[in-house]
Amino acid sequence: MGYQLDFGKVLRGEYLDLILQGVQTTMVLFVLSWVFGLVLAIILTVVRAIEFRPTQLLVAAFVEYHRNVPVLIQLFVWYFGFAVVLPDGVNDYLNDIGAEIGYAIVALALNKAAYMSEDFRSGMRSIHPAQMEAARSMGLTYLGAMRWVILPQAWRLALPALLGQTLILFKGTSLAAGIGVAELSYQARYIEEQSFRIFEAYGIATAIYMLISFAIMWLSAVLSDRFRLRVK
Amino acid sequence: MLEIIREYGLMLLVGEYPHGKLGGLALTLIISIVSLAVTFPCAVLIALARTGPLRTPKAIASGFVHSVRAVPLLMLIFWAYFALPIVIGFPIDATYTLILAIVVYQAAYLGEIIAAGIEGLPKGQSEAAKALGLGYVPTTFRVILPQAIFNVIPGIVNQLTTIIKESSLGSIIAVSELSYVMLQVNSNEVTKPLQIFGILAATYFILCFALSQATNWLERRIANRRTGRVVVEAVA
Repeated sequence: MGYQLDFGKVLRGEYLDLILQGVQTTMVLFVLSWVFGLVLAIILTVVRAIEFRPTQLLVAAFVEYHRNVPVLIQLFVWYFGFAVVLPDGVNDYLNDIGAEIGYAIVALALNKAAYMSEDFRSGMRSIHPAQMEAARSMGLTYLGAMRWVILPQAWRLALPALLGQTLILFKGTSLAAGIGVAELSYQARYIEEQSFRIFEAYGIATAIYMLISFAIMWLSAVLSDRFRLRVK
Repeated sequence: MLEIIREYGLMLLVGEYPHGKLGGLALTLIISIVSLAVTFPCAVLIALARTGPLRTPKAIASGFVHSVRAVPLLMLIFWAYFALPIVIGFPIDATYTLILAIVVYQAAYLGEIIAAGIEGLPKGQSEAAKALGLGYVPTTFRVILPQAIFNVIPGIVNQLTTIIKESSLGSIIAVSELSYVMLQVNSNEVTKPLQIFGILAATYFILCFALSQATNWLERRIANRRTGRVVVEAVA
């Protein structure tokens, strides 16, 4: 075949810098989307728990949109679609500071918020309503019952699903390459184009993804076990 | 928005079909259904290896599942599209490389779903089969799998929704499925990206939302059948 594997060709100089920048951008996307996603998920869960039909429907529509449209298309909607709504001046400014990554974080965070809020909700739903009634009849207020009885169980029930979402989000950051964010898979593609070192470029990127994914999986297993709801 | 649908509606549905290759929504559906059909037997094999008595297949299947779950689908698509033709020595159509990547990726996920179906069956089923003198193969194919797969039908349909969404990644390697077609429309009509991607999102939404409603309905039906509950709403 005449193809000699040589990882040294890719793991030095300019290419090494690009890979490291790629990893950094991937991690920035991952961490920021995760934090924003989680915060928004909590807000959505609270809004949906309040008995007011219009806002409940709004949250439900938000969740269904994000669950039934591909993430890549959600990125396109923000990147291509939202930009035209903004005035030209704002767009020029955004493009100067690198708008792609901002749009990617917004899209990924909104997407994860939808999924995570569903995980919270199903965690809450699996607690029998009688627990709330019992807590209330013992004299706890609604918020007190939430704080001391419902939530301590609900978040433990939701945890494995949330950790699963975390891994999916980490892998999902690769989709940002579709709107030109220079994260890890984008850099791998670029290095491959420049150097024709296909196996080295994709091999290294794949290895880095696997390494971080395994770390997330391991941490998930540890946390899920540590905080498992133990019912007698 | 109506103008765009009028002008590009046919393209959205079938790509450049009468004059060129089939594309658009039709190709998205074909890719998704073919991917699921090819994934299914692979997933059953993985599930059997995961739940079976032999240690080596179990370790291999577990290694495969964990490795695939650690890699983004986009990476698998890059491997299949850029690296595979060099390994095998001749070019392959981008559509096939997309299907191949989805099959490898989904085999890991669907395998876990079917494995969960197998493990969810009461132990009495395989014990009874054994007591009747059935060996591993007839027990698996005539007793365990038919029930396990029936019980996870909602999970399988749900995976079809996931595959439809994942097939949108084909646009990155220029497979002319739904997303790619609309990206092309967008570069023709530079001034209406919001409408164009709105239509694109709505198309996926209608398709996937309908499928997920179907999944919910199937789930209820199957849960009722398993617990022997009678569906009252039909009577009332």
